[in-house]
Amino acid sequence: MQWLVHHLITIVAILAVFGLFFAFLTIIERKFLARIQNRRGPNRAGLPWAPKFRLWGLTQPFADAVKSLTKEDIVPDAADRILHFLAPVVVCTFALMTFAVIPFGQNLIAVELDAGVLYFFAAGATTELTIFMAGWASHNKYSLLSAMRALAQLISYELPLLLAVVPVVLLTGTLSTMGIVEAQAGYTLGFIPHWHIFTPWGVAAFLVFFIATLAETNRSPFDLPEAESEIIAGHLTEYSGFKYALFFMAEYFGMTALCGLGVTLFLGGWQAPSPFLTFVPSYLWFGLKLFLMMLLLIWIRGTLLRLRIDQLTRLSWKLLVPLALVNLVNAAVWSLTADIGGIAQLARWGLSLAVIVTTFVLLGRRLGRGLAPRTYRYAP
Amino acid sequence: MLGTGIIKGLAVTAKNFFGTYTNPEERMTTVSYPEEKAPIGEHYRSFPFLVCDDEDKPFDTLRCVACTICEKECPPQCIYIVKSTDKKPDHVGKPQLYPVVFDIDVSVCMSCGICAEVCPFESIKMDKDFEIATDNRFEDLLLSRDQLAKPNSHYQKIRPTDAAVSDANLAAQRVAAEEKAKAKAAKDAAAAAAAAATKAETAEAPRAEADTPPPSDA
Repeated sequence: MQWLVHHLITIVAILAVFGLFFAFLTIIERKFLARIQNRRGPNRAGLPWAPKFRLWGLTQPFADAVKSLTKEDIVPDAADRILHFLAPVVVCTFALMTFAVIPFGQNLIAVELDAGVLYFFAAGATTELTIFMAGWASHNKYSLLSAMRALAQLISYELPLLLAVVPVVLLTGTLSTMGIVEAQAGYTLGFIPHWHIFTPWGVAAFLVFFIATLAETNRSPFDLPEAESEIIAGHLTEYSGFKYALFFMAEYFGMTALCGLGVTLFLGGWQAPSPFLTFVPSYLWFGLKLFLMMLLLIWIRGTLLRLRIDQLTRLSWKLLVPLALVNLVNAAVWSLTADIGGIAQLARWGLSLAVIVTTFVLLGRRLGRGLAPRTYRYAP
Repeated sequence: MLGTGIIKGLAVTAKNFFGTYTNPEERMTTVSYPEEKAPIGEHYRSFPFLVCDDEDKPFDTLRCVACTICEKECPPQCIYIVKSTDKKPDHVGKPQLYPVVFDIDVSVCMSCGICAEVCPFESIKMDKDFEIATDNRFEDLLLSRDQLAKPNSHYQKIRPTDAAVSDANLAAQRVAAEEKAKAKAAKDAAAAAAAAATKAETAEAPRAEADTPPPSDA
């Protein structure tokens, strides 16, 4: 009985907190993108009973929610009705399931699994399946094209994503997310936190992880599966109303969960960045780091252009996977030389950094070989 | 190195983002419509209206003489006019017909301005009011004569240049009419004088010739 109550409370808390986080993230994203494009962004929605107070349009997500929930739910005649219905439900369920192993604060974790990271990727990998379900069940060529693209993309990027996580597991010796955060506790010289991002292998792994996160969550510049200008809305073409809202929500949940994992693995989780800032509650630190990562995602969305499918896969197989593999060896060497002291420690840092930078530059040159600004023969 | 372009791009978007706070006048070109409005050019036109000379008596001073040229020229045929059977004096005092019914269906009107171009009486002009949205798309968008009548001062306000030309035109017509009237009066006076002179002459003439009727002026 106590077990049931405990878990019910956890589920309700996660749903409420991340539901609200999702709601306000959409309005923040729209406003941020608008400012990037020198627009104002949504600023009209106020309170229905007091139209004078607009509150900078902050109630927009609730208006959107009411709108999408009251819309007609259309299922195409030719669609596979069961799969068509199941896809948004499953995608939302699995997106929420990944939240279970993320430590939001000190002792604030839904399920403390010994193989938390493994569980996270097992639950997260179903996204591909659900997108294919949606694309196939819609019986629409755009949806199917999108599903194919999504499969190609997600399978390409699952590998660098996992390869970027392996060094962390290697160094900390645990798959438990709590354990990984605790391994990042402490400060060098009293002010540099022991976060994995502050090590050479951590920078490389974080870079690979972050790019793979963008691709895994179908974010710009890797938003090929729902490229509006090419295939309408991709697998969402035949969805409307509540089901569309569920997909939308699942996408943001997936994004939040992956960013949360990134924070856990590389940015010290709920640890404070300075020893004298530890009086701030740990969940606030986690929330702040998560929010900054989401802002980075939005910033990138407002900056970069969408890749072509060949550029997308080339980036994965020619840059991210080799870089992650080299980084794995680098991290192994790093873990073997952990207890050398003095000047050798500096040499260890230098060597590790040199390996990463050299690999990155060489791979980058290879990737960009034969590519130059396009020359137009018949136009000035 | 790979990625420098991305950093440059991020710097550009960050500059855009912060620029909207530090330099909003230059960067934020959006006009928040109901609260503030973008200025309208002088030759902007929305829908036609009928010019009247006196704001207090719009019907009596309506310039329209129901000639129906605009009705015939209107490409989408959104104007409907019923002529009067009696006449009333226009601005120069000449008796003219007037419109009993003058309807414009602005849901049909395409704002081409041909009616205003062809009107020889400076009577139908293009308005600038574009906020005519209503709840009822049939009755409320069918504007009647009384809704269409707007004073000349309104026209002078929305289109000063065109209104000056129109006013000068009308003033010239009025001057011409006055001169014509004066000339006619002078002619009449002269004719009357001549008639009087003839009468005087005939009075002096033998009685037998006095039986002939005097020459008429008509």
